[in-house]
Amino acid sequence: MRHGKYPLIITFLLPPLALYVLFVISPYLQAFQISTTSWLGYSAQADPVGLANFRAMLHDDRVWNAIGNNAILLAVVPVLTIGLGLFFATMLSMGGRGDRAGVTGVRGSAFYRLVYFFPQVLSVVIIALLWREIYHPNNGLLNGLLRAVGLPAPTWLGDPRTAFWCVLAVMVWSNVGFYVVLFGAAMSAIPRDIYEAVLLDGASRWVTLRRITIPLLWDTVQVAWIYLAIAALDGFILVQLMTNGGPNFSSDVIGLRMYETAFGSESKFGYASAIGVVMFFLTLTVAVLALRAARRERIEYS
Amino acid sequence: MTTLDRPTTTGAEPGPTRHDPAPARRELGVVKVASHGFLLVWGALTVLPLLWMFLSSFKSDGEILSDPWGLPGALRLDNWARAWTEAHIGRYFLNSAIVVAGSLTLTMLLGATAAYVFARYEFRGRQVAYYLFVGGMMFPVFLALVPLFFVVRNAGLLGTWPGLMLVYAAYSLPFTVFFLTAFFRTLPTAVAEAALIDGCGHFRLFFRVMLPMARPGLISVAIFNFLSHWNQFILPQVLMQGDDSKYVLAQGLTALAVSQGYQGDYSGLFAGLTIATLPVLVVYAAFQRQIQAGLTAGQLK
Repeated sequence: MRHGKYPLIITFLLPPLALYVLFVISPYLQAFQISTTSWLGYSAQADPVGLANFRAMLHDDRVWNAIGNNAILLAVVPVLTIGLGLFFATMLSMGGRGDRAGVTGVRGSAFYRLVYFFPQVLSVVIIALLWREIYHPNNGLLNGLLRAVGLPAPTWLGDPRTAFWCVLAVMVWSNVGFYVVLFGAAMSAIPRDIYEAVLLDGASRWVTLRRITIPLLWDTVQVAWIYLAIAALDGFILVQLMTNGGPNFSSDVIGLRMYETAFGSESKFGYASAIGVVMFFLTLTVAVLALRAARRERIEYS
Repeated sequence: MTTLDRPTTTGAEPGPTRHDPAPARRELGVVKVASHGFLLVWGALTVLPLLWMFLSSFKSDGEILSDPWGLPGALRLDNWARAWTEAHIGRYFLNSAIVVAGSLTLTMLLGATAAYVFARYEFRGRQVAYYLFVGGMMFPVFLALVPLFFVVRNAGLLGTWPGLMLVYAAYSLPFTVFFLTAFFRTLPTAVAEAALIDGCGHFRLFFRVMLPMARPGLISVAIFNFLSHWNQFILPQVLMQGDDSKYVLAQGLTALAVSQGYQGDYSGLFAGLTIATLPVLVVYAAFQRQIQAGLTAGQLK
């Protein structure tokens, strides 16, 4: 080669690497260090306290309450979202086999895919603010409907018994469309003859879904599981904007707890970083567990 | 939504299916009706909130308070004007556009160059550097928030647009590099070798040959990054506190929601939300295929 490759490697790699190390790697590393200090606010004083922050967290009811809520999200959101996603994706790609053999999509499936995906392109901020108005006890869309049919109108986000579940429902609502499209794309990669053979053998729709479609989609379902699990451990924006963790911490999540600890009235940076470290290990554990639990033989179409 | 949320791939729309003639079965007819019913219900659940927001943006506050399901009595465009000027949604819109234009350019430039080097050149430490970049996809952005605040402040970039652009770009690099490295590897090597033999320099080769060849991949990842930068909320909320004339759109909308709470200006809030939503939906409807493929891409690999 006439020109050396090293000038190019250096000019191309150094700027991104410098930016990445400065704004991504170094904050992550510092976070671990800060989590072992008693750093309070904007003073420079940060005494090393070892694992005291983590010990304090063990007795912090608010943190446990928030982790509990994240655990519920983790148990419910992926199951509901993937369930609904698979259900609608199946309907769209196979629902229309009424008068023909073989497998066909329902009429208007392109339109459904267009519409279902809407929430995915919207900012979570818009989704949160819009749904806050929909749940509004007096002039919200939901209570307007309930009143019209003569049912009692609950306060939704204002009631500690329902607030958290309202946020959870929005989380599912905003995610389902993405997974309908994702599963739909994966289903379209499954060879049609497989379905035709199964149908000729007289398999029912439910058996087809359970024995053929889901096993063949397993890789995609696994990826969906991991992403939804990570999203369930977050939930910060929706909760902050819809309820700010209330009423009475009933809808608090760990991300909001960390944000309030760091940037709220107290600015306990050491303690907030410790919460961040716990979040990090929780996320990592969940991702690894989801990967291992879902591991199966990979199927390739010949 | 952080920029690390979601990987991509090239998912395709399902192709046309075959319509073989066959005997009709009554049981299936029922299922067909039922499945259409479910699909319609979910479609309504998705569209109704957005439609309600749109219609409410033309209502008066009185109409909103008295009848949530009613139609607007008149086309009150002054709600929109009020949101645009008094609530400064217009300015925030422009701010977001400036920040995203900068951050997206930076992300694509830095991401493409780094990915190209990882995909096409052998050098010492390549593996380490690559995994350093790609590993960033795993970490929750929360862990970095506190130290990041001080890193940005010490660099004198707190509360500035260049600060936001640099940080957005930095946090988008892991996915961008991961996706584009895979993409550059799929391009044929013969073209590059021929160009080098013909005396083309390494830099010219990249800009004149490789970059144009990588266009489909660049477009996918650019759409993905555009949406995640445009919708970014956590980073500006931490790094752009104080001076509200520099807020990006997501912050401006939350500020509007807070002031609406004091003033009871519901119609202004709906108008602001609609103004923020419409351009995104129009762009989405126009580029639906590319956007769906771009966003679901990496997941299917």
